[in-house]
Amino acid sequence: MSMTDVDTVQADTATEPRRAKKSDLSTARRLAAPAVIFLILLTQVPFLVTIGFSLVRWNLLYPNDRGFSGFDNYSSALSSGDLGPSIVATVVITASSVVLSVIFGMIFALLLDRAFPGRAIARTLMITPFLIMPAAAALIWKYSMFDTNIGMLNWLSRSLGLPIVSWGTNHPLATVIIVLTWQFTPFMMLILLAGLQGQDKGILEAAQVDGAGTWRTFTWITLPHMRMYIEIGVLLGSVIIIQVFDPIAILTKGTGGTKTLAYLLYERAFIGLDIGQAAAYGVVTVVLTLIVATIALRTLFKVFMAGGSR
Amino acid sequence: MSTKTKGTLLTVFTWFLVLVFFFPVFWMFLNGFKKESVASSVDPSFFFEPVTEGFRSAFDRGMQGYLMNSLTAATTATVIAVLLAIPAAYALSIRRVKNVEGALTFFISTRFMPLAAIVLPLFMILKELDLLDNIYMLSLVYAAMNLPVTVWMMRSFFLEVPFEIVEAARVDGAGLYREIVRIVLPLVLPGIAAAALISFIFAWNEYFLSLNLTSSAARTTPPFLGSFVDGRGQFLAVLSAAATIAALPVIIAGWVAQKQLVRGLSMGAIK
Amino acid sequence: MLAKKRALTLGAGAMATAMALAACSSGNVSTDDSSAGGDGGESVTLNLATVNNGQMQDMEKLKGEYESANPGTTVNFQVMEEADLRAAVTADVASGAGQYDIVTIGAYETPQWGANGWLVDLTEPLASDAEYDVDDILEPVRVAISNDGKQYAVPFYGESSILMYNKEVLDKAGVKLSMNPTWEEVAEAAKEVNTNDMSGICMRGKPGWGDLFAPLTTVVQTFGGNWYDEQWNATVDSAEWKEAVEFYKTMLDESGEADPVSYSFNECLTALKENKAAMWADASVAASLLEADDSPVKGKMGYAHMPVNKTQESGWLWSWNLAVPSTTKNKDAAIDFVKWATSKDYHQLVGEQLGWSLVPPGARQSTYEIPEYKEAAAAYAPITLDVMTSVNPEQPGVKPQPWVGIQYVSIPEFQDVGNQCAQLIADYIANRSSVDDALSKCQSIAQTAGDAQKG
Repeated sequence: MSMTDVDTVQADTATEPRRAKKSDLSTARRLAAPAVIFLILLTQVPFLVTIGFSLVRWNLLYPNDRGFSGFDNYSSALSSGDLGPSIVATVVITASSVVLSVIFGMIFALLLDRAFPGRAIARTLMITPFLIMPAAAALIWKYSMFDTNIGMLNWLSRSLGLPIVSWGTNHPLATVIIVLTWQFTPFMMLILLAGLQGQDKGILEAAQVDGAGTWRTFTWITLPHMRMYIEIGVLLGSVIIIQVFDPIAILTKGTGGTKTLAYLLYERAFIGLDIGQAAAYGVVTVVLTLIVATIALRTLFKVFMAGGSR
Repeated sequence: MSTKTKGTLLTVFTWFLVLVFFFPVFWMFLNGFKKESVASSVDPSFFFEPVTEGFRSAFDRGMQGYLMNSLTAATTATVIAVLLAIPAAYALSIRRVKNVEGALTFFISTRFMPLAAIVLPLFMILKELDLLDNIYMLSLVYAAMNLPVTVWMMRSFFLEVPFEIVEAARVDGAGLYREIVRIVLPLVLPGIAAAALISFIFAWNEYFLSLNLTSSAARTTPPFLGSFVDGRGQFLAVLSAAATIAALPVIIAGWVAQKQLVRGLSMGAIK
Repeated sequence: MLAKKRALTLGAGAMATAMALAACSSGNVSTDDSSAGGDGGESVTLNLATVNNGQMQDMEKLKGEYESANPGTTVNFQVMEEADLRAAVTADVASGAGQYDIVTIGAYETPQWGANGWLVDLTEPLASDAEYDVDDILEPVRVAISNDGKQYAVPFYGESSILMYNKEVLDKAGVKLSMNPTWEEVAEAAKEVNTNDMSGICMRGKPGWGDLFAPLTTVVQTFGGNWYDEQWNATVDSAEWKEAVEFYKTMLDESGEADPVSYSFNECLTALKENKAAMWADASVAASLLEADDSPVKGKMGYAHMPVNKTQESGWLWSWNLAVPSTTKNKDAAIDFVKWATSKDYHQLVGEQLGWSLVPPGARQSTYEIPEYKEAAAAYAPITLDVMTSVNPEQPGVKPQPWVGIQYVSIPEFQDVGNQCAQLIADYIANRSSVDDALSKCQSIAQTAGDAQKG
């Protein structure tokens, strides 16, 4: 292959919609098909059933009182007034945990990308918070860290002569965000580290030789390269954290502005035991999340959607 | 300050941060070797007479069976998710489908389904199909849960592959299979390792679906770990011991995947 | 071309294989089920779902005794955390999935599930066995779990609530408590002994119908309030409720633990053991844990009846019960095991094999006549029995109520109502809202549920 060929290809790819041949398109479609079919079978079918359930009157504990109820479940879900605060709680918890874990994840990824004694061990240790089962992690934080009598955080404040902190009563939101950030920092670090590995070391060295400082190299070269990985971290982190409910169930039970949509749904389904109502809440939540997500994807991730920096 | 001192300071700083972050895990590990009353004492005990009661009682209650189920479910789910995600991510990055945006939105939107809302419908469907308490069914559900994340992650790694390499392979007459397996996959191995590891961890730690879709034969480790929460008594030590055992397999998986991660994208060399 | 197809079929193939495997293994499971007949002669596997309380762990340890006495029967324990057990067992039993042969359910669920026809009626099988002696089961416990005179479950273990206090600390402060103290006396005593290093009292504040509302409902009842009047009108906005809830918060503010919204049974247990709290009003079973060998406060504790205001008694009544879902394919074997695990012989077995203080309390009168148990549990057995036989689940408060049960309302909506109200009151305890605001919201939530009972 000659140089000119490569140039042509690059020029071609630069004009955004890479003009694909028909055969290419059908190949692509066939490549994506198995995953799409698989997902439709396992997620869309249950969702259709959920929509069906949302139109019936069915409380698990009233087995003899079942029937079609039209949109009653929706009107009770929308008029209950718990959706609004839950949306706020979801946004606050998801956004703060994601942002904090991306920042910490970036710091750790940069620190651990550098060669230093014991790097492999440090990396393995750093991943472990993400490996602990979320419910166990929340329990361990609740008792071993936050507790006013036996928690290490308050032991530390007592040892330093500071007043003790009633985490669960006075700072419920902070406890949830702290635990989530702690668990998801390694997740972000993994993605960002994999991204850093892909960085062209030659360019970095060249920058160093040219006398660009560490900070400049970072903001001019590393950060633009990492942009896509940060975006993928933010996106996947948000999608996952939005669903989280273990730390809330264990630390706050939804008090103090921590009742996220996921926890609200859990309460409706497993405490309320009203299948119809829980399904209606579920459908409303999916629709809401989809609207927000689509807007976010189309604005925040515009560059990303189009195929990154290429 | 010389570069060397700076480097040493940076190393010390790195280790300090890592150890602070790791401390809760370390503390959990220590608590696993304590007596219940020592684990819940007001003044933390760093030095104590270690006991193995917690670990023993976890195995006495049959933890190995739950670990085996978790291994089956997490491995099967990860293999399925990765095998389905590679061609899909390929179609969304290198061989483009027409509506990439729409397809990507579809994938990610399936992950928005709140589990609490679909778990009862799923329960009813599986009950009708006689597939409750079935480890392979649970694996399929986990694969579906992980597939969107895996596709998205892989796509972003595929996008990093210089298109000229793919073109070059095509000019050389490589078929699609060769193009993917021989040319592109080796380049994105760190990404695949990261995606597989993340998928494995999510499946390994998944609690809610396992609790509701299995009852005994197929039940995995997380609900079993949850069962150490004693409604009428202290349980921190025994829970810590069990959680430590449960984390070991993923720590090993993390160690293995890390080797792949460190290998690095070799694109730089090819460019 | 071939290569392309291979890549294509890769994913679909993986799924098909897994599906096939799934179908295959499910086939095996159902074969096992159908071969397991119901008459105990052939091999039977009983799936038992239960909570992880000490007494249930002991039952799992001793199941081998039953299995060797009944060759061919295997009892498979599925232990779960309390909320998990509720979620899993409710979904299973309500949908008729029939994955469990024996389930552990609370006093709250039992009469409702019985009325729905989800449980095997055990009245006849228990009464026809003279040796089993069903009349030995504590009367209030039996009343609380019966529906229409039928017994759908057997109590495995039962509890009431009592006041526990560190005698050394109270003596030092010169505080004396009678066997039947009032809440005012207890609040006063808590204030006396409260220091920076030790809270005067530990009370549950964790939001949850089974957490905060277990003690708080009994406080409301003894202050003269209740959830509903006889016509199912919610009465949460009454003056009695406000007085009781304000009293509870004031006591917590003045002399309670520092982080009440995080605290429930286990947290208070630790606080008492670690000398971080001087008093505690909670489940009677706590006494056996405070008097356990590893407890630093063993032998230092005093016990009294649950404090009162307007009523004679204010203890709650809870039991974990074994029941047989009507979907079981092994009904006879399941009933046989349930009887074994709740028999007098089982209590002897626990005492001899594991220790006398571990005999499941609060289920049988005869337990309290076993000399070894009386000796091992001398500190708390008499008061437990006394309280458990003197509480009245049919009318725990000042006024009559249209349901049976003390610290809960036996209607399907209650766990939801109780949970939402507990969150509102937790906000009040944490100074995030006012008592009037919390109670008026709770009133309307409770009223919606009450209206459903009127029809």
